[in-house]
Amino acid sequence: METHFPKKRGPKYLDLLRIKQPLPAIISILHRISGVLLFFPGIPLMLYALQTALHSPESFAHLQSSLSHPLARLLLLLIIWFYLHHLCAGIRHLALDLHLGLQLQQARFSSKVVLFSGVILTALTGAWLW
Amino acid sequence: MVRRPNRVITGAHYGLRDWLAQRVTAVLMALYTVFVVLFIILHDPVGYDDMRLLFNNQWMQIVSSLFFAALCWHAWVGVRNVLMDYVHPMAVRLTIQIMAIAALLFYFVWFMHILWS
Repeated sequence: METHFPKKRGPKYLDLLRIKQPLPAIISILHRISGVLLFFPGIPLMLYALQTALHSPESFAHLQSSLSHPLARLLLLLIIWFYLHHLCAGIRHLALDLHLGLQLQQARFSSKVVLFSGVILTALTGAWLW
Repeated sequence: MVRRPNRVITGAHYGLRDWLAQRVTAVLMALYTVFVVLFIILHDPVGYDDMRLLFNNQWMQIVSSLFFAALCWHAWVGVRNVLMDYVHPMAVRLTIQIMAIAALLFYFVWFMHILWS
């Protein structure tokens, strides 16, 4: 049995590469992508890091030295950005659920705020970490 | 007139429950995040002893367990929504859903092991 969808719905053959998406759409798809990537590999990576940090003073030091590698830092920052973007976009979603910021202008403005808060909070975290 | 139920086993759970659960768990996780970030800022620079101090506290263990249960529930609703949008053949969708549940159970047991040992 397949999932059924109503027929004759909307334009079907849109070229995703040629459509210029408005900012709220970009925020929305980033919310989704970040969520999936946090599910995997985000959660297992963070669990591994937590386990290493809590195991012993030696493993804690080992984790710290591993995280001085530029690639490890980049990965950590990406996970932090996904988390923060997902959090900020989620707060915007909750506001929309409460019928706050439903006007087009407000929705565009709040999606700018979400994108910038995610990036700036990530940059601040990076600056504070290193 | 009788409406035919148009329900499939891999569909949504047809109601407010998942939608609401996703939001309630999100708020719980946001509060936990603020708490942990505050702890880190107050104990900067965080060393091994600070980490142990935090996670050996019984309240922290309980609250962290709740956080992780909320995370798993939230992730399940989200992953299921994504699969409903992009994966249409029921057999494939069901297989991936089972894999996602298995992964979340694995994460949960792993986190409990880290937390309580």
